Amino acid sequence: MSGLIFAIELAYWQQTLIKVLVAAVLIPTTALILGIVFLFKMMSWMQSRMGPQEAGPRGLLQLAADGLKFLQKEDIIPDRADRFVFKAAPVVVLASTFLTYVILPAGPDLVIENLPTGIFFAMAVSSLSVVGVLMAGWASSNKYALMGGLRAGGQLIAYELPLILAVMGVVIQAGSLSMQDIVWAQADGSMFGFGGLGLPFVITQVLAFFIFMAAIQAELTQPPFDMPVAESEVVGGFHVEYTGFRFLFFFLGEFATAFAFAAIAATLFLGGWWVPGVDPNSALANVVGPIALFVKIMVVAFLIFWFRFTYPRFREDQLQRFAWKYLIPLALANITITGILVVVL
Amino acid sequence: MPKVPGMVKGLGVTFRTMVETLKPSGGPATVQYPHEKEEPSPRARGVIALHEENCTACMLCSRECPDWCIYIEAHKTLAPPRRAGGKPRQVNQLDRFAIDYSLCMYCGICVEVCPFEALFWSPEYEFSEVSIADLLHEKERLGEWMETVPDFEAYEAGSEAKGKKVPR
Repeated sequence: MSGLIFAIELAYWQQTLIKVLVAAVLIPTTALILGIVFLFKMMSWMQSRMGPQEAGPRGLLQLAADGLKFLQKEDIIPDRADRFVFKAAPVVVLASTFLTYVILPAGPDLVIENLPTGIFFAMAVSSLSVVGVLMAGWASSNKYALMGGLRAGGQLIAYELPLILAVMGVVIQAGSLSMQDIVWAQADGSMFGFGGLGLPFVITQVLAFFIFMAAIQAELTQPPFDMPVAESEVVGGFHVEYTGFRFLFFFLGEFATAFAFAAIAATLFLGGWWVPGVDPNSALANVVGPIALFVKIMVVAFLIFWFRFTYPRFREDQLQRFAWKYLIPLALANITITGILVVVL
Repeated sequence: MPKVPGMVKGLGVTFRTMVETLKPSGGPATVQYPHEKEEPSPRARGVIALHEENCTACMLCSRECPDWCIYIEAHKTLAPPRRAGGKPRQVNQLDRFAIDYSLCMYCGICVEVCPFEALFWSPEYEFSEVSIADLLHEKERLGEWMETVPDFEAYEAGSEAKGKKVPR
């Protein structure tokens, strides 16, 4: 059945249209799912609360209600703000999020674009959000926004490095930058001659996985690395002057990026859409793949948000020290060891 | 056994809390307020109730009140003598006793200074009003709250003898 669907040849513009529509629906949905499941529900449970209860069944529509509320709000631009840059900043942040979704594979054929340099592309476009954040901070003509923007800039630059270096270990082991090839390498791998479970790279690259998780925490400016948006220090940081749907853009960008990073982590370290027991060449993999990927993403997202709700905020200098003195040397050591072992074995 | 690092321990705490909240036997620490009511502890400072018969309009509470939120009006009158053939007693007849809860800060000084046991703490807390002016409650309303005042509990074993009684 699915073979029939994929046998249909579509013109390039038709394919592109379908892909754009899927992405436009998918990305806000992912942000909603993460926001409701983790930000509203899991955080409440971890604080011995029930979370929202009134909007919809068990309060599940609370985030949709909040989104509608944001749309009704007045769109305020400060008098002395740089209007063009101020308006463009949320779009830049959201664009970087949308671009990250391009290379995420959800099945052997279910990928918006299987770039040969997939993971490199993802790391590159996710860094774009720094530009948007700096634009927002600078254009707001607000000292808190400026401080927050600069903090975010320093933080995101410091944590791009361990992020990319952690990915390098996986890339060396898989021998490819393409997300699909990395999944295939894990599906075809074997542990001590036993191939039934494949070889999820979290087993061999456990150090890289740890570094990756710490780095995406900082990339998402989540606690314990939330100094750029710390309410008690810089009253919300770079988005202090944003209201209504522009603020919604930042919010959407944050959670959609969290989903994208969780998906990248799931693909790089947990085998992505591949599940043991399903032939990755069969059409079935296109059906099971998205479900498997979603489950793995939720596992990784649970870890991300678990750390978020548990740890208090670092100090700015502790943050930089943690990145430059611990994470980056560890990541470099991981690359060296992986490189040596790949050559030797 | 090596010490568990605090960072790992912290993760354990949040995870345990989540499991505890989701378990049917556990549940959250919070109460879904309009649907189910919180049970305040017996000596909670909810609202101040007035036992009108005990009030002599001595004005101590009114004068001690830091917010000046107690209004008392009274006039002198004659009460029947205690013993037969005695002189009629001169007493204060309470005309008005009102507490403005929009000013009250629930410090409880009036309850403490009252020498005749006319003011009591009640754990009742649902007395909000739409208009702030409606929070000025007269002695009739204050008297209704007397029913919600719980009996005094003994501070420790053996102190029951000295325990005061709430006038009913």
